[in-house]
Amino acid sequence: MRLHQFLYDVKRYRTILLMLAPAVAFFLLFAYVPMAGIVIAFKHYDYAGGIFGSAWNGLANFRFFFESGDAWTVTRNTALYNIAFIAVNNFLQIFAAILLFEIGGKWFRKLTQSILFLPYFISWVVVGAIAYNLLNYDIGTVNALLRGLGLEPVDIYNTPSYWPFILVAVSAWKTLGYGTVMYLAAIAGIDTEMYEAAEIDGANIFQRIMKITLPNLYPTLIILVLLAVGNIFRGDFGMFYNMVGNNGILFSSTDVIDTFVFRSLITSNDIGMSAAAGVFQSVLGFATIMSVNYAVRKYDKDRALF
Amino acid sequence: MQTSTERLNPRAPLHSRGRLQKDRLLFSVIGYVSLTLLALLCVLPFLLVVSSSLTEESTIIVKGYPFLPVDFSLEAYGILFKYPTQMLKAYIVTIGVTAAGTLLGLFLTSMTAYALSRKDFKWRNHFSFFFFFTTLFSGGLVPWYLLIVNYLHMKDTPLALVIPMVLNVFYIIVMKSFMSSIPEAIVESAKIDGAGDFLIYARLILPLSKPALATIGLFLALAYWNDWYNALLFVSNENLMPLQYYLYKMLGNMDGMRKAMMSAGAVVTTTIPSESLKMAMTVVATGPILLAYPFVQRYFVQGLTIGAVKG
Repeated sequence: MRLHQFLYDVKRYRTILLMLAPAVAFFLLFAYVPMAGIVIAFKHYDYAGGIFGSAWNGLANFRFFFESGDAWTVTRNTALYNIAFIAVNNFLQIFAAILLFEIGGKWFRKLTQSILFLPYFISWVVVGAIAYNLLNYDIGTVNALLRGLGLEPVDIYNTPSYWPFILVAVSAWKTLGYGTVMYLAAIAGIDTEMYEAAEIDGANIFQRIMKITLPNLYPTLIILVLLAVGNIFRGDFGMFYNMVGNNGILFSSTDVIDTFVFRSLITSNDIGMSAAAGVFQSVLGFATIMSVNYAVRKYDKDRALF
Repeated sequence: MQTSTERLNPRAPLHSRGRLQKDRLLFSVIGYVSLTLLALLCVLPFLLVVSSSLTEESTIIVKGYPFLPVDFSLEAYGILFKYPTQMLKAYIVTIGVTAAGTLLGLFLTSMTAYALSRKDFKWRNHFSFFFFFTTLFSGGLVPWYLLIVNYLHMKDTPLALVIPMVLNVFYIIVMKSFMSSIPEAIVESAKIDGAGDFLIYARLILPLSKPALATIGLFLALAYWNDWYNALLFVSNENLMPLQYYLYKMLGNMDGMRKAMMSAGAVVTTTIPSESLKMAMTVVATGPILLAYPFVQRYFVQGLTIGAVKG
């Protein structure tokens, strides 16, 4: 009877099912099959055997990853960078959105918004090139300025301690316009009557921002932060790879899980350990998203992501 | 999208009571100064690239990359356009990949979104979850890479540049929430007239979804145009290098650049202006985006705003 109903439904929805088929096939192949491929993290990979035919080696890959000493560094870097990005980027985006919203001059506002959005559109390759122009020791603009002022030039590409600041600045630069647009949309959704009432009560502009605009942005902020926190163990490969590349001197303060996995796979061709690091990242990320979502759900059901 | 400013005018003349506008004046000073500074920070790096590409090589070597062209020179562009073979190939690859990827991506995204948006489709939540779950958990880079290289044998084929990015769960969700807002009655009446689902999708829903299609199409096109990652992983054949990856290679590899120029017939001396040439390449690779930017910006704003609404 159930089967009968099922077959009836298949027939009834056959066109819709056919329309879904390409996407289902795509995600099966490129997302679910690789999930099954996680087994190579527990194997000694050899090309003849492939993913499923290679011999098992238990937790050796994981042991190697954790004993290499890199596991802690890259995990810490990934999380700390993402936390810094979340804090700095959201702060700047809200700041810019409020200013853009309140300030006079349509022309100025439009032009500014367009300019702030510009960095979002260029590739990380170009960002990396620009950064190199600004920062390199011999002919970088920063050092040219320092020399011009009679100061000692700084060897940025050989000094790991500068990089957290540089990368946070670059991330803020690239995402400022994007986030500002989101927050502007949220501000535009605030009920105008609240502003009118505040005006009648004689609130000044700063009071209005603190008491109306900011509290009304919290729901948007919370959702964006939650999404970002869920992804706290995913590094932005494009950014780190193009800013730092294979410059090992900087790795102590710039290497994230994603760049580490990439190098282990492509450069050192250590498939087992690379897969183990990737599985470690996926599991950590999954646990983070689930716990964040669980916590939010408990606190306020409507704000949960799913 | 309704921009903030059309809807509400918080700049309306303020009440004329005593402490008139002092706060507003202070705010305006803070606002204009901060925004101008932020805008300068966003635009100066672009100026740096363009100016450097137009500056005499020897001046760059001595004085560093300039923010404004000093010792104006078109030499870098001269060389670039005199021996354009490799760059032109990369351009063609990028244009082809972008066109194919965007069209295929739009077709698949919209068709999938249509199916998921049908409220009478019993299993739509199951399928939605099937797609959504892939954003929560993944097998990581290695199995995915091995699948594409060793099992699907896509390495050094154009497919490796198109297929991996063609569908994106986020775009499906955005498209689905747009289509869900189209009145159900339209579909119902077409059904009564005997139209099948594919016909309804192609003839009715697609034309009504133009704003969403424009937005997602541009996001896809931007992603394909700026892609270098898939090339980094899957392309070693020089004839298949897309623009950004070619740029990446050239920026890090002046010898490679000399060789490329030589194979294009340049008489190579040590006087190839490598620094300004790198910048000229950057300008040429980014140019189309910057030219299209003023016209397409609003679609991106639109897309971010649709996406910001939880769907």
